[in-house]
Amino acid sequence: MKVVVDLAVCQDHGQCCFAAPEVFELDEAGRLVVLTNEPPDSLRDKVEEAADVCPLQAITIID
Amino acid sequence: MTSRVVAVGAGLGGLRAAEQLRAAGFAGEILVIGDETHLPYNRPPLSKEGLAGELSHETVVFRRKASVDDVTWRLGETVSSVDVAGRTVSLADGSQVGYDGLVAATGVSARRLPLAAPLEWRHVIRTLDDAARLQAELLPGRSVVVIGAGFIGCEVAATARTVGCSVDVVDPLRVPLIRPLGVELGSELQRRHEKQGVRFHLGRTIAGLSGDERGPHLVTLDDGTEIVVDVVVEAVGSAPNVGWLDGNGLDLADGVRCDNGLRPMLADSPLTSAVVVGDIARFPNPLFDDVPRRVEHWNIPTETAKRAARVLLQGLEGGPADELPPFRPMPAFWSDQYELRLQSFGLPGLGGDDIRALEGDLSDEVVMGYHRDGVLVGVVMLGLIRRSAHYRDLIASAGAG
Repeated sequence: MKVVVDLAVCQDHGQCCFAAPEVFELDEAGRLVVLTNEPPDSLRDKVEEAADVCPLQAITIID
Repeated sequence: MTSRVVAVGAGLGGLRAAEQLRAAGFAGEILVIGDETHLPYNRPPLSKEGLAGELSHETVVFRRKASVDDVTWRLGETVSSVDVAGRTVSLADGSQVGYDGLVAATGVSARRLPLAAPLEWRHVIRTLDDAARLQAELLPGRSVVVIGAGFIGCEVAATARTVGCSVDVVDPLRVPLIRPLGVELGSELQRRHEKQGVRFHLGRTIAGLSGDERGPHLVTLDDGTEIVVDVVVEAVGSAPNVGWLDGNGLDLADGVRCDNGLRPMLADSPLTSAVVVGDIARFPNPLFDDVPRRVEHWNIPTETAKRAARVLLQGLEGGPADELPPFRPMPAFWSDQYELRLQSFGLPGLGGDDIRALEGDLSDEVVMGYHRDGVLVGVVMLGLIRRSAHYRDLIASAGAG
């Protein structure tokens, strides 16, 4: 599973960070940081939820 | 025979319900019926960046998971009633569709004021088509009157100023956003709007709206103030779309009363052949207490759909239900006004009697905490986004559930 975030669209709402903290984080400036672009399949549910709750729909999952 | 789930409502809730039914293993037929002609799309931009910029279905449509490629979408069709005992929905065109499971996800409509002036003179924003009609009239130099100083009203005011309109906001309450945010933060937002040139008429109501065949020309307030106007926007709240559920003995006093598994309550027991998703679901959230409430926040359609899909499948299978942990979603929403980002977690409205600044400064960036009986039940953050996880965790750990 590959995770792609369109950072031109992302507005740092942070919803993904609550859904999948292993993959997404806000840094000290409140900017989104993607911790890993290839999370293990065990995190699939969380990453899908992160993509679902993104207000900007900026997260794409590629299998 | 394969079983069939009918979802009524083709917004975010209907889409997520279909996806989550598939994710939970439902292999039967899924039919989604919605009265708008568009496939599900994202509504928040309609009063924010979308209204100021490029606005089309393409810019706001939700991606749909491959798992719902075989879902049948009946768009532009209205469900007029349902017989939950006979498991049949009736459409406005007279046709009927039977189901094994029902998802009620019809959302809310913009409320209208009982003014004599024609509805065509008064814009609302709920659908993409509403927003497109309004956008076509928001031209630089035009005079816009926004009725209602809630979130949608304030967002529209900000957007209209950004595109160069002259903006007046009218509200019967004395402070904008006073009910969800309280006096201090509402007053601060008022100051920031006024700095951008918005004029507020607070504690005032609309006494008259006159015009001619080309549209509205003059708004008169209850104190006699007259405002020359080109565009009127009504942003006075919303009403749940539940009329189609009438006649089944359900509690429809404010949305649909449900249990914690999103099943509609019929007298004292839940229906097992139906679930309710999104803005119309009035469910108890043990994160706060056992009082059923509707929550019109961004993440609620997605979260209720996930739980509701699993619960509905258990009902359809008819076996003993697996014990699911309590459903206790953390409500979250945001509002963009000019360069400001407001972000809210929990239910600030429950803690309106005890509001404290937890961090920062009202004139700059601030976190306001809303408490009930001394317990933190909600925060609203103006800026300070990096602190959102911290405060979200605080509400979650403060909660009884």
